[in-house]
Amino acid sequence: MKIERRNFLKILGVTGVSLALNKPLNAKPETAEDVEFYGILYDATRCVGCQSCEYACAEANGLPEPTGMPEVGIVRKTDETRRTIVNAYDTSKGEVYLKRQCMHCNQPACDAACLTQAMHKTEEGPVIWRGDKCMGCRYCMVSCPFDVPKFEYHSANPKITKCDMCYDRLLEGQKPACVENCPAEALIFGKRRDLIAEARKRIVENPDMYVDHIYGEHEAGGTSFLYLSPVPFEELGLNTKVQKSSYPALSKGFLYSVPTIFVLWPTLLLGIHEATKNNHPINPEENE
Amino acid sequence: MNNTSEITVENATSGKTTWQFILEELKPKGKIFTPFNIISVPIILLGIVLIVIRFIYGIGSITNLTQEVPWGLWIGFDVVTGVAFAGGAYVITFMVYILNMHKYHSIVKVTVLNGFLAYVFYAGALLLDLGRPWNVINPIIGNSFGTSSVLFLVAWHFLLYMMAQLIEFSPTIAEWLGKKRAHKILSGMTLAAVIFGITLSTLHQSGLGALYLMAKDKIHPLWYSEFIPVMFFVSSIFAGLSMVIFEGSISHKVFFNQISEKNKKAHNSIIRGLSKICAGAMFAYFFLQILVFVHGKHWTLLNTGMGYWYLTEMIGFVALPMVLFYYSYRRNNILLIKIASIITILGIIINRLNVTVIGFRWDAASHYFPSWMEIAVTLCVLFIEIWVFRWVIRRMPVLSDPPSWVTKNK
Repeated sequence: MKIERRNFLKILGVTGVSLALNKPLNAKPETAEDVEFYGILYDATRCVGCQSCEYACAEANGLPEPTGMPEVGIVRKTDETRRTIVNAYDTSKGEVYLKRQCMHCNQPACDAACLTQAMHKTEEGPVIWRGDKCMGCRYCMVSCPFDVPKFEYHSANPKITKCDMCYDRLLEGQKPACVENCPAEALIFGKRRDLIAEARKRIVENPDMYVDHIYGEHEAGGTSFLYLSPVPFEELGLNTKVQKSSYPALSKGFLYSVPTIFVLWPTLLLGIHEATKNNHPINPEENE
Repeated sequence: MNNTSEITVENATSGKTTWQFILEELKPKGKIFTPFNIISVPIILLGIVLIVIRFIYGIGSITNLTQEVPWGLWIGFDVVTGVAFAGGAYVITFMVYILNMHKYHSIVKVTVLNGFLAYVFYAGALLLDLGRPWNVINPIIGNSFGTSSVLFLVAWHFLLYMMAQLIEFSPTIAEWLGKKRAHKILSGMTLAAVIFGITLSTLHQSGLGALYLMAKDKIHPLWYSEFIPVMFFVSSIFAGLSMVIFEGSISHKVFFNQISEKNKKAHNSIIRGLSKICAGAMFAYFFLQILVFVHGKHWTLLNTGMGYWYLTEMIGFVALPMVLFYYSYRRNNILLIKIASIITILGIIINRLNVTVIGFRWDAASHYFPSWMEIAVTLCVLFIEIWVFRWVIRRMPVLSDPPSWVTKNK
């Protein structure tokens, strides 16, 4: 009986640990309505492509001064030294500018991917990166549908860099640097719910000026950064194939199966072992 | 001198302390200038130099990784493919300890050793790929548990599975050291370790596939489906067994004088049995792939470059070796079984790389291709593993019979 008892205890332990470790996976609220995230609304009809946001961002985050200008035909990308970029696009309504940065998803793939909680969706809304936790595995970069997190490949102490909606400034009651320094009022900061209401109002009041779509309202399950545009968003290079439900939901099914397997497998295996235990072959070929 | 187990018992019981014995055993045995050594030593040295460069100047200094493709050869091949090949350990222990198929008992030890070393070295390769490896302890000690992360699960399972495999292998170490009491205790833990290990393997073999579930828009639709975890799990069965056949055939030649007479006789019969199981598992896998393909409604994609590549993988590297395994099992053709296992191994490499590297960002303007330095480091890791494997085989009773006191005590 010795082995059986030991096994029983082992299984009991495994079951307990697996149940204890698998806290409710969906700690984030299911819908955006449950929590009042802050966000930023960007109105492409107002943006003049002056790059004030780029300069303000670089200054606020201690990054080198931006290089290059928005030019039609050239798509500049954010990288480890540029957390926001303004590009120009030739569209059906003439030249339109578009600012890119982290979308601050309501249920971020990067946050769900992070095994150390270094990527973290704060209660206020910004998704931030915490260097003391990060082990640099770059799973956040693999998972992010918008390709936002960037990695310092040429550093012995590399950081993951991305827009954090100036989280430190928010805590001090200030607005994000890009919002504060936008001369054209293309960017406004506020509660996500109010921003959506404001965006709707603009669309209703000027139906000819805008496409009837707030990018970020439902994309990737809703984002804290919202876009208004005069032209369909695919003309502005935004990922319009992005799914409407949240990305962490894609691996939820797998994660939910883990505790089940952890409980069922050992029991099943032990059962099979017991059932076949006396199955001593008369000749070695019998087991074939 | 061709039976190490006897030497072991003599040494261990001749009054030396265990540490003196281990120190003595560390010395190389066998010829120094073998073709394998001549090829592997320069590559290992080169790899070590490259690893030093990587830690001084950053990952970008020796890899071709980009902001769009953050995981390359070191993850896609070393970890994801390597772990699939290490799957033989959980399949064989399942067959021997759970299904009580005693016929395969003689290959348990060497398969578990292979699995254990594979995990140790692939986890090691993972450390090279971490930008901030000093924080690797964070998900373990509990100051920041990312429990909603598939990678968290995989990391824990790697760790626990390595321990389970060490326990499974530990009786052999006790035999080597001549520790009779430890041997008795450790042997008693085997079944528990096996059950725990199979459970962990089920979850992390599939977990490696689940890692890519969130990269839905980035992986070519012919390789992305919500069933990646199931596919990875099922294919790890025949990936592992093919590796057992392949590796077993090589060991059979290289370490011929270490293998006990009984095992030499059983060799062909074991390979034949494994061939049948491979054919069955591959049939299940092939059928699943067809189901997923039909449900995915990607018919139009077949007539593209990637579509041809997909068909090549499915027909040339799954269906063909499946038929070969079955045919050669029926005809009792050992050579053909070995050929089928090599095709299967290539097919698994292709499949894992298709998901992780080739099909990842297939539509991007510039493609990732590993630098020669990434390949050199991969080979370096592989060669060190083989060195350790050889060291263990030459000393511990893995392929040879255990010392006489083990069988007497039973």
